[in-house]
Amino acid sequence: MTSRRDFLKTSGALVIAFSLAPEVMAQAKLPGSLGNNRMLNAWLRIDADGTVTIFTGKIELGQGIGTALAQIAADELDVDLKRIRMVHGDTALTPNEGQTAGSLSVENSGTAVRFACAEAREMLLSAAAAKLGTQDLKVADGTINGSLTYWTLAGEIDLKKEASGTAKPKPASEHKWVGKSIPRHDIPKKFTGGAAYVQDVRMPGMLFGRVVRPPSPDAKLVSANENEIKRLPGVVAVVRDGNFLAVAAEREEQAIKARAALAKSAVWKENATLPPSGAALQALWAYRAAPGQVMENKSSATAAPAAKSLAARYTRPFQAHGSIGPSCAVAQWTDGKLRVWTHSQGVYPLRGDLANVFGIEPSAVRCTHAEGAGCYGHNGADDVALDAALLARATGGRPVKLQWMRDDEFMWEPYGSAMVMKMDGALDAQGNIVSWSHELWSHPHSRRPGQSKGSHTLAARHLEKPVGAAPVGDVPLPSGGADRNSIPGYDFPNVKVTKHFIVDSPLRTSALRTLGGYANVFALESFIDELALAAGADPVEFRLRHMKDPRARAVIEATAARAGWKPGIRNWGFAYARYKNLGCYCAVAAEVAVDRANGQVRVVRAVSGVDVGQTVNPDGVINQIEGGFIQSASWTLKEAVSFDRTRVKTRSWADYPILRFDEVPPVDVVIRNQPNERFLGVGEGSQGPAAAAIANAIANATGKRMRDLPFTPARVKAALA
Amino acid sequence: MANFTLRVNGTSRDVSVDADTPLLYVLRNDLELNGPKFGCGLAQCGACTVLVDGKPVRSCVMPVSQVKGAVETIEGLGNQESLHPLQKAFIEQQACQCGYCGNGMVMSAKALLARNPRPTNEEIRKALNGHLCRCASHNRIVRAVQQAAKEMS
Repeated sequence: MTSRRDFLKTSGALVIAFSLAPEVMAQAKLPGSLGNNRMLNAWLRIDADGTVTIFTGKIELGQGIGTALAQIAADELDVDLKRIRMVHGDTALTPNEGQTAGSLSVENSGTAVRFACAEAREMLLSAAAAKLGTQDLKVADGTINGSLTYWTLAGEIDLKKEASGTAKPKPASEHKWVGKSIPRHDIPKKFTGGAAYVQDVRMPGMLFGRVVRPPSPDAKLVSANENEIKRLPGVVAVVRDGNFLAVAAEREEQAIKARAALAKSAVWKENATLPPSGAALQALWAYRAAPGQVMENKSSATAAPAAKSLAARYTRPFQAHGSIGPSCAVAQWTDGKLRVWTHSQGVYPLRGDLANVFGIEPSAVRCTHAEGAGCYGHNGADDVALDAALLARATGGRPVKLQWMRDDEFMWEPYGSAMVMKMDGALDAQGNIVSWSHELWSHPHSRRPGQSKGSHTLAARHLEKPVGAAPVGDVPLPSGGADRNSIPGYDFPNVKVTKHFIVDSPLRTSALRTLGGYANVFALESFIDELALAAGADPVEFRLRHMKDPRARAVIEATAARAGWKPGIRNWGFAYARYKNLGCYCAVAAEVAVDRANGQVRVVRAVSGVDVGQTVNPDGVINQIEGGFIQSASWTLKEAVSFDRTRVKTRSWADYPILRFDEVPPVDVVIRNQPNERFLGVGEGSQGPAAAAIANAIANATGKRMRDLPFTPARVKAALA
Repeated sequence: MANFTLRVNGTSRDVSVDADTPLLYVLRNDLELNGPKFGCGLAQCGACTVLVDGKPVRSCVMPVSQVKGAVETIEGLGNQESLHPLQKAFIEQQACQCGYCGNGMVMSAKALLARNPRPTNEEIRKALNGHLCRCASHNRIVRAVQQAAKEMS
């Protein structure tokens, strides 16, 4: 294993003592993630073999970030894309960029890579100028004026220095790679049986692990027959620690059989700690005593008086990430040090949590990212890493690959929180919105690893000596968590937003794609349509009437135009949001067909317009917006985690249907590229507008307003009755 | 444990495992093939799909003792140097995000194209309807199958 120090020693860079001048000590603000990882050599290495290695703390989730960052690096350095090697998320190798979340990878990591590479290029050209005795330098694929190359100059410049942040990135007009739909470099191995995922990690002497989880969130283990399980074929270790049970075996199917036997032998004491059957939202609503925090309170003395008022309540259930591949990790202990291969979204935060749970220094833990199945937020990735590490303590140094079974994932992943949104609004005599109130109730949307003390990981709380963590707060505005996207981007004279943040949740909740944004945009953009109807206005015209931001207006207009929207259009719905009020601008128009006999809603087609600032990879943007729309349509039409008073009842895909091929609509994505604007994250842009556009289309088609997610056939049929 | 001889991707392979071992674990762990994936273990998602005598089979629930025909996995179709038209089409259409479901999509598409070389959009969707994709790459997958059908005919 290469330590970080050895790694730097062998990096080929000439090391020159670098003393920090006092003004540098003052920590000038640097662009993107350079702010927290200020050394140039943290981001790139140029090697004599003609390659450039880019180090990023952001990980590949199938969103194409590896390819997008390589495009940015190749352009700033003036090298062919084929020369770029990417290293993602390794606590021994890469910068610490926290979580790969919030649609921030291109914004933060891309900006850092851009400025670091631009500065490295300036240093290389400066060295070349000295050698060639001219400032008239041209670079083609790393070769300067046809003679000197980066690869020979690499040893003469020292990237082990703090970035200045003053290097000038190229104008968009000089980009060769950025702005093109470069095919993703992670895809070929995925369709040819290459080792693409953490599930494909194989090591000498590796064992296979499985966990036996409690049958319900509050269950306590009374007894289990570990000794009998230890005698089963192939079983190497059984770990019992409080309510944590796991087994390691020579072969995977032996581990699965031992898991079943161990589960059968276990006796648990269970408690009915969950909210009333099928009515989690009403239980949540009953928490109305949870004090409200006013997040926005804007008033205008000159606003026209209210002529007509409306109120409506919207709800969203607990929903699952539902990764197709259950969470998996490989762990190995050597001389008191822990090595973990993980599909966690944040290798550094996970390292901290593992160190906290085991009571060791973070430096004794190395976490290396390997891809998993798509996660869409905080799924079981971090939890299974702890499971594997706990089990690997009992295998005498042999590595353990532990994958959850389907029911582990469905019953124990942290869910997206149920939410309630109560909306109040008023129109003046001209039918313009004069007052707006959005009051929301929600559990936390982030219980991720990375707390200074303790851990939020699942098994930590199941141990004989449980390791907990301080209660979480909400993600602060402006990006927000429970209140994400609750402050309207429209120009209303009177606006009040109130949040009821309910820390204690009956089910563990954490980050699911958009956090509270999906439910808040669903409510906000549904309610706009309700007010437009009350005002007798066309929904698109009504939105434009209240919107000043020219980029928002442009995506709304482009989407409406592509959809062929016109006043009086039937069966279509429209919605818009700027993700987090900070990220990409996205509008959605959707057409539905509602079967009145059975309540089945089919999305016939959708159009989505998006402005992500400068577009790095157009096909990547389309993939995110299209995938986001379809996934959101699935959440919106079908998905809710079910439970009784004691147990989660969602255990398999039979209990949690998602949208299938015959239900998936075509999605037409319109990109409004802004080559001279900064990057705006795209990964979560269409999720919220999709839900509202579908709800608005159903209302348009049937005259009935659906306010409780999901819009199952039974609910729609009942609404139409 | 018992001995079984499997024909996988045109090669004869001997394994010594329990008779009820699902084919998936033999392929992944004994033969070290990464293509077929564990997704649910319940024949619900399709990520583990392989072909047995050309027919799609959910290898997560197929006991190795009941495998009587020739097994084909995605590795048997081609490699990065010599891609099968389906692999080429899935790559060219960028027909995934995470790609974890992709193995099953390709294998069921291969079986579809063998019995119906020029399927319609609806026929492709019907053939793949038992496969789950969570990233929502469905439309790209359908386009990839259409592209491969065109190239193979």
